[in-house]
Amino acid sequence: MSSEIMLTKRIIPCLDIKNGRTVKGVNFIGLRDAGDPIELARRYTNEGADELVFLDITATKEKRKTLVNLVRDIAKEINIPFTVGGGIRTVDEIEEILKAGADKVSLNSSIVKNPGLLTEASSAFGSQAIVAAVDAKRVGKSWEVFVKGGSEATGIDAIEWMKKVELLGAGEILLTSMDRDGTKSGFDIDLLKLVNQTVTIPVIASGGAGTVQHCCEAVLNGNADAVLAASIFHFREIEISEMKKEMALQGISVRTINESIN
Amino acid sequence: MGATYFISDDADELEKATAIIFPGVGHAAAAMDDLRAKDLDVWLKSTKKSVLGICLGMQLFFETSEEGDCKTLGIIPGRLKKFDSTQAKVPHMGWNQFDTKKEHPLINGVGNKQFLYYVHGYYAPTNEYTLASCLYIKDFAAVVAKDNFMGVQFPRKIGSGWITATAKFSGYGEK
Repeated sequence: MSSEIMLTKRIIPCLDIKNGRTVKGVNFIGLRDAGDPIELARRYTNEGADELVFLDITATKEKRKTLVNLVRDIAKEINIPFTVGGGIRTVDEIEEILKAGADKVSLNSSIVKNPGLLTEASSAFGSQAIVAAVDAKRVGKSWEVFVKGGSEATGIDAIEWMKKVELLGAGEILLTSMDRDGTKSGFDIDLLKLVNQTVTIPVIASGGAGTVQHCCEAVLNGNADAVLAASIFHFREIEISEMKKEMALQGISVRTINESIN
Repeated sequence: MGATYFISDDADELEKATAIIFPGVGHAAAAMDDLRAKDLDVWLKSTKKSVLGICLGMQLFFETSEEGDCKTLGIIPGRLKKFDSTQAKVPHMGWNQFDTKKEHPLINGVGNKQFLYYVHGYYAPTNEYTLASCLYIKDFAAVVAKDNFMGVQFPRKIGSGWITATAKFSGYGEK
C-alpha cells in the first residue's frame, strides 16, 4: 500500500440483537445478555467507535417491526454510520431499514439463495449501502460458506463466493470466521490474507478478537480494512480508545476523536 | 438545524424554496436520466438559489463522468473518475481527513484535518472551485463552491463536520 493512502482503519463493535436486547454467544450458540443496544451504541460512539453493526437474530413474526423501530431510535442517538443485518430478504425490507436511518444493510443467507438480490439492491440504493456478510468455516485447506446463522452448510467455496459478491454489486464484505467466532483466539489470518488478495472492495474482519494484538494482526498481517468485535467491548475487556492508541503505535492509521469537532 | 424543509422533484415546487439541498447516492448516468426526465437538469443549472449538493449530488455539478460515460450538469469543470482499484480498495470507505484550500462561509470553522466519513467509488477532480480536498490514492475535491452552488462529498448525517456545514448552509441560503 502506498503512503498516498491516509484512510483510517475502522474499529467496529457488533451488537447481536435478540428481542430488543444485546446478546452474545460462543461459536454461534449459548447466548448471554449484554445490555441495552441503544445504551451500548451511545457508549461506543463516545468511546471512538468508527462504525457499528447490528445483527438481529430474533426469529419471530413481530421481528421486522421491532427492528425498524430500533433502527429509528439508534439513528436518533448516534452520529457514526451503522449497518443493520439479520434475515433481510427483499428490496422492500432493505428500503425500510435504510429509510429508518441505517447507512448500510448486510445480507447473508438471502443472497446465497438469491444472488440477484445483491444486484437489485445495489442498483437501487448504491453499492455503498450493501454489505455482503459471509460466514465461513475452514474445511481442509479451504473455507465453506454457511448460512442461517451458521447452522447450514452450502457446499460453496467462500473465496469464490466473495469474488462473486463483489461482481454482483456488494460494496463491502463482512467476513466472519465461524471457527474463531466467540473464541477470543485471534482472527483467521490465512482467510483474511487470501480474500484481501482476491477482492478489491473493503473487508471487515470478524470472529476471534480477544486482544488488541489480535486486531493489529488482522490489519497488519491479514490486510483487513476494518475489525469487528463484540464481547471484548460489551464486557469492557478492552476500551476502544486504548485499542486505537496501541494500533497507532504499531503504525496503523486510526481516527482519534479529539481531532473531530463534537 | 431549525430550517423548515420539503422534498420535491418538481421545478415549480422547488421555485418556492429559499435554498435547495440536492442529495444523492447511486449511479451517475441513472441519476442524470432521472433529472432529465423531469427537466430538472435545466432548472438546476439556471437557478440562482443556493444549492447544496451532497455526495452524488455534488459530483453531478461536474461536466462528465466515467460512470456510464455520461454528461453531468457541467456547472463546475472536470470529469468524475473511478478510483484505481489496483492501488487500494474501492469504494473509498471510512474516516479520512479534510484539507482546507480556500476560505468560504460553508466551511469556516469546520477545521482543517477534520475526520469525515466517506463512501464513494468515483471522485471529483480538484480545481479552482475546490474549498477542501481529501487524499485517497489521489487528491480529490471534498468540498466545492461556485457562485450559488456548493457541494460536499461526505454523505448526509455522517460526522459533525457535515452538521456544521449544513447548518451554515441553511443560514447562507437565507441571506
